Amino acid sequence: MTAIPEGLKFSKSHEWVSVNGETATIGISDHAQAELGDVTYLDLPEPGRMLTLNSQFGEVESVKAVSELYSPISGEVVETNSEILNSTETVNEDPYGKGWLIKIRISDPAELVTLMNAKDYEEFTAQGGH
Amino acid sequence: MSAIDKTTALYQNHINLKGRMVSFASWSLPVMYTGILEETMAVRTNSGAFDISHMGRFTLVGAGSEEALQFITPNDVSSLNAGDAQYSLLMNPSGGIIDDIIIYKRGTDDFLLVVNASNAERDFNWISEHVPSQCKLVDHTLETAMIAIQGPQAVTILSTMAPEINISDLKRFQWIEGTIENIATTFCRTGYTGEDGLEIILPAESASDVWNMLMENGVMPCGLGARDTLRVEAGYPLYGHEIDDSTTPVESGLMWVVKMNKGTFLGKDRIEKVLEQGPRRKLVGLVCAERLQPRQGYNVTSDGLEIGTITSGAFSPIRQTGIGMAYIQTDKTKTGTLVHIPIRDRIIEATVTLRKNLLPQH
Repeated sequence: MTAIPEGLKFSKSHEWVSVNGETATIGISDHAQAELGDVTYLDLPEPGRMLTLNSQFGEVESVKAVSELYSPISGEVVETNSEILNSTETVNEDPYGKGWLIKIRISDPAELVTLMNAKDYEEFTAQGGH
Repeated sequence: MSAIDKTTALYQNHINLKGRMVSFASWSLPVMYTGILEETMAVRTNSGAFDISHMGRFTLVGAGSEEALQFITPNDVSSLNAGDAQYSLLMNPSGGIIDDIIIYKRGTDDFLLVVNASNAERDFNWISEHVPSQCKLVDHTLETAMIAIQGPQAVTILSTMAPEINISDLKRFQWIEGTIENIATTFCRTGYTGEDGLEIILPAESASDVWNMLMENGVMPCGLGARDTLRVEAGYPLYGHEIDDSTTPVESGLMWVVKMNKGTFLGKDRIEKVLEQGPRRKLVGLVCAERLQPRQGYNVTSDGLEIGTITSGAFSPIRQTGIGMAYIQTDKTKTGTLVHIPIRDRIIEATVTLRKNLLPQH
């Protein structure tokens, strides 16, 4: 089990958010990658695309299944992690680090309060949250 | 695990190894331990062990057994000597495939049949109905266990575990009886992975010890997920995907199993007709241009028109792309033909290949 770094916020759809000023980095949680198993394909948005809260921004496919990715906050995509598209195992190996997916410019910081902190998220997943 | 699922003799071993248990053909079995792709690559580069105890194991003994098998299976049972095994089929009178099976010849009118778990009960009943009453069909599935040890190191490792027999001298589809630490074991040089290896049958009560010995010898425990990826890479058919009661060996590329000159057998008339007319569709391999995986039921298209259906798909760790098998209309099955697979909101390109060429040299 990968330890959760300080300050991450989590959505009920198992994305994490790390805020740095106006920019948020988004990825999927360690719990999510473990549930998915080996990630084999990622479909991520181009920079410039506007995402609204809880809108689908891409998909992640593993050997077993396909899952949709949902944006935990609203904003404009400013960067996509293109390095992992052909080495998708990085999402399994380092979900909170090199396995990040996108960075967005936050349009409404107030949305961040709806997200869970690490402790609440761990309880959420322990209770079988989906 | 569903309340009705059966457990194999290795259930506690899977739990101890933190196997992720799933329900498969009414058995509780591990889909993976550490990771499907890691387990797949262990088999391609070293060795892996699979609990295949769920597969049905029946003996058929008694006067007329060979003659009966010769009639209900399309391969030539009379060509077998004791110690040989043979890949074959159970076919219905319409030439459809009830199951694919392996027949072990033990002696005159003395056979062991290994069948798919999902069809075991149906196969047992079908065979019972088609053999004379003096032939005794007995189900040994529960009192025995079966483990597949597969990969380039499998024979070497098993040779050290069973030093008194010469496993490396076994040819593919030959079997021998021996022991592992005094445990009576049947070793057969067969598998479902595209690699060298063996499938062993042993008493259920000793399976756990032998499994632990395999682990101590560096064999990686592998689940159903890796087993499926490996068999799709190897281009092997699976009942319910590439073959079923309405597909004939003609379209599924299994005519190498069917010996039309051996005399009469169930389904022969129908196969003669299909051969005469030519099959409308054929089973092919597909190599995708990217990492997306085709999955069973997806359409295959050409110039926007539907030309076929995916039967199985996988992400191939060797190719680092999606691969699959599909039934495609006959005029589009030439190797190298470019086809398309709509996957959600995208259309990806794939190249038709022979199933045996899905797995590249490695």
